[in-house]
Parts: sequence; structure tokens; C-alpha cells
Amino acid sequence: MVDVAVVSFAQAPNVRRDYDRNEVEILSPVLIDVRNKVGLEKSDIDFVCSGSSDYLAGMPFSFVGGLDGYGAWPPISESHVEMDGAWALYEAWVKLLTGEIETALVYAFGKSSLADDITAVLTLQQDPYLVAPLWPDAVSLAALQARAVLDSTGHTAEEMAAVAVRDRANAKGNPNAQVSGDFSVEAIMAEPYVVSPLHKSDCPPISDGACAVILAAGDRARDLVEHPAWIRGIDHRVEPHQLGVRDLTVSESTRIAAEKASASGAFDVAELHAPFTHQSLILEDALDLGPDVTINPSGGALAANPIMVAGLTRIGEAAQRILDASAGRALAHATSGACLQQNMVCVLEGS
Amino acid sequence: MAERVAIVGCGQTKHDTKRDELSMHGLVREAATRALDDANMGWADIDAVVIGKAPDTFEGVMMPELFLADSLAAAGKPLIRVHTAGSVGGSTAMVAANLVKAGVHERVLTVAFEKQSESNAMWALAPVIPFAPPLVAGAGGYFAPYIRAYIQRSGAPDDIGIRVALKDTNNGLLNPYAHKQMKVTYEEVRDSIMLWDPVRFLETCPSSDGAAAMVMTSEAHASSGSAPPAWIHAMAWRSEPTMLAHQDKVNPRAGRDCAADVYAQAGISDPRREIDVAEVYVPFSWFEPKWIENLGFAPEGEGWKLTEDGATAIDGDIPWNPSGGVICSNPIGASGMLRFMEAAMQVRGQCGEHQIDGAGTALGHAYGGGSQFFAMWIVRNEKP
Repeated sequence: MVDVAVVSFAQAPNVRRDYDRNEVEILSPVLIDVRNKVGLEKSDIDFVCSGSSDYLAGMPFSFVGGLDGYGAWPPISESHVEMDGAWALYEAWVKLLTGEIETALVYAFGKSSLADDITAVLTLQQDPYLVAPLWPDAVSLAALQARAVLDSTGHTAEEMAAVAVRDRANAKGNPNAQVSGDFSVEAIMAEPYVVSPLHKSDCPPISDGACAVILAAGDRARDLVEHPAWIRGIDHRVEPHQLGVRDLTVSESTRIAAEKASASGAFDVAELHAPFTHQSLILEDALDLGPDVTINPSGGALAANPIMVAGLTRIGEAAQRILDASAGRALAHATSGACLQQNMVCVLEGS
Repeated sequence: MAERVAIVGCGQTKHDTKRDELSMHGLVREAATRALDDANMGWADIDAVVIGKAPDTFEGVMMPELFLADSLAAAGKPLIRVHTAGSVGGSTAMVAANLVKAGVHERVLTVAFEKQSESNAMWALAPVIPFAPPLVAGAGGYFAPYIRAYIQRSGAPDDIGIRVALKDTNNGLLNPYAHKQMKVTYEEVRDSIMLWDPVRFLETCPSSDGAAAMVMTSEAHASSGSAPPAWIHAMAWRSEPTMLAHQDKVNPRAGRDCAADVYAQAGISDPRREIDVAEVYVPFSWFEPKWIENLGFAPEGEGWKLTEDGATAIDGDIPWNPSGGVICSNPIGASGMLRFMEAAMQVRGQCGEHQIDGAGTALGHAYGGGSQFFAMWIVRNEKP
């Protein structure tokens, strides 16, 4: 079995709307930064894989612009998933396991501000025959799930608000965070609903962003950095799409992925891709995280939620804490689709 | 350390202008159930699902793999969605194969589709990009100047495109799944309307609804299919930028590099002699001579001679696209997988009337974008 590690992570500052730069201009400095951190030239990268969505850019082949920004000359070995960049990392991890390559660069970009209403764009992820014609927006679908959580799990609205307080306080230490500060449960509970039972602070910000990760195998990783963040387990699972045929209050796919990724025992940190506060509660239950785990030291998706990017950012943020030796074992989670339809769990270790 | 990968199940839809009796769910299930039946497997036997398709704007849906999870029985399993432009069908097959090759899964279902009747692909491919001149309306307008450049550079007779279209269209009559089912004559192709000079109506691909699916397994399950397995001997992909001042858009370096990579992996030094049949992505007839040269089947400037001499005919010494190819069926996201799968079907002996006798080594090829994305594999009827 090939050992694969994250050896470098870089990201763009997450902002509500980058007026001055298009996606490629946001991404390009990140692609250079992630290589410079470990002193790799483009010619040292054996495989490139990316994640993005045409529906954010509102045009076909938007990923081609990202590749042009990378500068694919001479021609490169390259692939793309129409998914969060976390799944591009998974594809690169699989390719590293085949033993054909030693290094891979993974990137993701998304400029949600281009849409007039990103929550309506996300409606187009719904089944076009039975659900999308009803035009449920992303916040309403999340609210449906939140209401089910409050009605049947024993979790409370105050617990949801406390997630936002925790994440945004953590985000004060993250220079790339978009929303950070000292919030209070009382103040959040007093906010008007966006869609009941979700207050504004239960919802993620709309973010423009990009990030990149470099993976390396075995001795190549040891040569590049002092503390490689070894991927000890990674798995992802999907759930039924029709909301009526699954239990929205639990995350069975996260539980299976965690089991397959051997995500048990103690963790120093966990980065959870939970765009809405109640989703963090669902994930913490599914992952059975103990009280000693620092959850979302970066602030998570409630501090910045660049769509197609935020999942890969979770893996990068978790890995960064091992790279800088502030953590020994970390869990990272990524999600895709409405109401946590698809989930990935990644276990990273420093030794 | 890498596992051998076998293709044990192949299935495709009947490709047509409008499969309006089927939803997208129904379309992918038609191909997937045929692949599972061919593999003698059920949904529960599958460990993971890999879906590919071209831009989501073709159907007006965002990330349709999320709702197709239900129709492909993916709940509780890993699901991956690949999108690499026109080469996506090939790339998707490779992503699925790598899951087996890496030892992550034993049995993987891969499906590629396009339901182009949901929209108009030509206009879906004609985005208005801020600060960029709106130069193209669809792929034909984009590629016609490069075809003209090929004709001028090679000195090819100007009826080579007609001959390719004649061959591929009539081959389609031997393939019951092909969209176009029409007997054409040289004169009918020649006299068909000029769409994008020098590309005539009958020299271009149709717009199709269709899907392709394969079941790939590790060696332990390789004998489960209804026909002997096809074994993957080589896979490669290459990408290059859209526009670069010194790149050759007629004979792209990414294509040459990709071909050199798969030939090296498969131990092939003379593709024309060592490959028995090729399924190559030829959406406009003139791409056959272009790709003959790009893939090293003939020296540069001489690819058209293979077409003219009938070498690429179904009874020639190196048949290209006996299935009728993209000229007969073009559900864009599936077109690359159809090439990869037809190559596998040839070495499995599953091609019926368009079977090449004794096919032991086959090339599957896909390309996309502005001739900048390439995916290829070599399959054989013998183990690597």
C-alpha cells in the first residue's frame, strides 16, 4: 500500500464578492503559492485534478479557464470532477495508490457572487422532474432538515446557535475567514428567521474563493516537508436524493464513510464541512466526536463557504495543523448536495 | 502493486435524436442494466459508481449525479462525477478503472450519458464570455478552420471527408444501437448542404440522446461476464491550453504525447500493424485523417492516404470506427465512453455484424475542448 500525504495547502482570502478578479485571477496566485511552499516546479507535478461547477460561472467548460490559468504546457496529465475539490483530491489519492505517480496537485475554485441568487441556482441540483419544478431554494431545504432535527433529535435551537458562536470565534484566528467575531447565542436567537428555524447566523455566508493542495507519496512526501499529513483513511458515500426516502436527522453516509476511513479514536482537530449550524450537530453525532476534539479551528463553512471549494479547504485546513505540528491526528469532512446528501471523511496523521 | 483491470460488462442505449419516452433516470438505467446483465451482476454487486457527462448546460441541470444516485442504486456507495469536456466518456472510464487498479474497489459501474434533446447543444456551447469575442456557435464553427488548415497543409484531395462519412455512416447500419441508420452514397454525401465549409451536413455528427455503461472488475471477478473479459493494458490522458501562440491545433501535442504514453505502456511500436481495430472520436469526417497522423498510424501529411486506400474500412487492414463512430451517434458525454467500450467489445467478440474477426488489440480514443483534452486506452483479449 502506497502511503500518501498532504504536503502543501494554499487558499485565497474568502470574500463576499471579489469585484476585481474573475475565477482564474482568484485561482492563479493560489496555484503558485501551493507549489512555492514546497519548492516544486510545474514539471515536478505528475498529475493535476480539479473540482468546480459550470453552474457557478454560468457557462459550459468553466474548468477550462482554471486549467489555462495553471498553464498546461507542455501538455499535462489532468482530470476534473464536477464536484467539490475534495473529490478531486480523492481521485488524485486513488491515482497515487496505483503507484504510477509520486505527486499530484489538486485545486478548486468557485465564485458564487456571480449568481444573482446562489440559493436559487442550487435548486437546479434537484431532480428536474419531481422536485426542481417546485423551486425549493437551498436555504429552504436546509430549513426543512433543521426543523426535522429540532422536532425529533432533542437538539435545540440554542445548540444550533452555539455552533455559529464557536465557529465564528475560531475564525478570528483565520486571516482567510470571511465572517468572524464574538457572537452570542442570545443575539442569534433574537435574529429574524431567514427561513424558520434558521436565523441568519445559522446560515453560511456567500463566498468567492479558491484553494489548492499538493499530495505526495512515501519518501517524496518525507523529502518535501518535515511533518507530512498522512492520509490514513479516506472514503465517501452518497445517500438517496429524494428527501422523502432518507432520514434527514442523521447522516448515514457520514457514518459509513467514517467507518471505512477508520475514523475512530481520538482526534486533536476536526474540520467539518457543515454550511448550516444544525448540520454540524448531525455530523458530530454521526462521527461520534469526543469532547476533547477542537472542531473547526478555521471557523469552518460558517466562516467562509466558497461552493465547490469549502470541502477541499476542510482537508487543507486539517492537514495544515499537522504540517505545522500543532496537531497529531485530524479528521476532515466534506459534503455535497442538499441536506448533506454526499459525504466524505478523511483521517490525517502526523506519523 | 497495481491490480489488473477487466471489463466484464458492456451496455448502451439505442441512441436517437429524442429518447423522449425516457427521463435521464431511464436513459442511464437502460445502459446500466444492460451492462449489469452482460456482467451477470445485480445492483448489489457494485461497490462504487462513476458517472461522466459533458457540460450540465446541455440538460439545464446542475450536478445531475446527485439525483441519478437514486436511479443507479448508488445509495450507501461512493459516487464520483467526472467532467473533462468531450473526452469525458474516456476519462470517466479511466477514473473507474483506477479505482480497481489501485485496489480500492473490486467491482465498479461506470456510466456516461448525454440527453441532448433537453436543450440545444450548439447554443449551450456558444457562451458569451465577458471581455472575449463571441467567435463560435457550436463545435463545427470552431473546428472548420483547423480542418481547412489540415487540407492545405497535407495537400489531401478534397473528397477525403466525403469518403470517411460514407464509410462511417454505412458502418452504422451494422450497429443496431447507432443513431443514424441510413444507407448513403458518395453523391448524397457530396451534395448534402455545406454547414461550416468544408464540413457538410452528412460529414458531421448528429445530436443524440444516449448512454453507455461498463462494469469493471479486479482479476478475481474477471470471468463473471457473458463474454470473455477485455483487459486494460494501457490508459493515459493529456490536456493542453485552449490557446497558445505556438501550439499546433491541427496536430495537437497533447494527442501525440497521450498516444506515445499508451503505446509505451502496451509495448506497441507500430500502431497500424499491432492494433487490430480502433474506435476514435471523429465528430467531423475530416478528423479521421487528422487523428490517423496524430495517433501515429501514418506519417504527418499522409493520413488521408489510409482513408483513400480503404485501409480504415471495416474490411481494411486497420479498421477505424466499425461501429459507425461519432458520425453516427453523438450523445456527447457518452461518445468517448462508447469509443472505449466498442474497443472492449471488439476484443470480447461482442460486436455482431461490425465485429472485426480476430480482434485481439483495440484502441479507444476520445478528445474534447478545442482539440486539447485527450483520453486513450488499449485493451486486449489477453491478460497484461
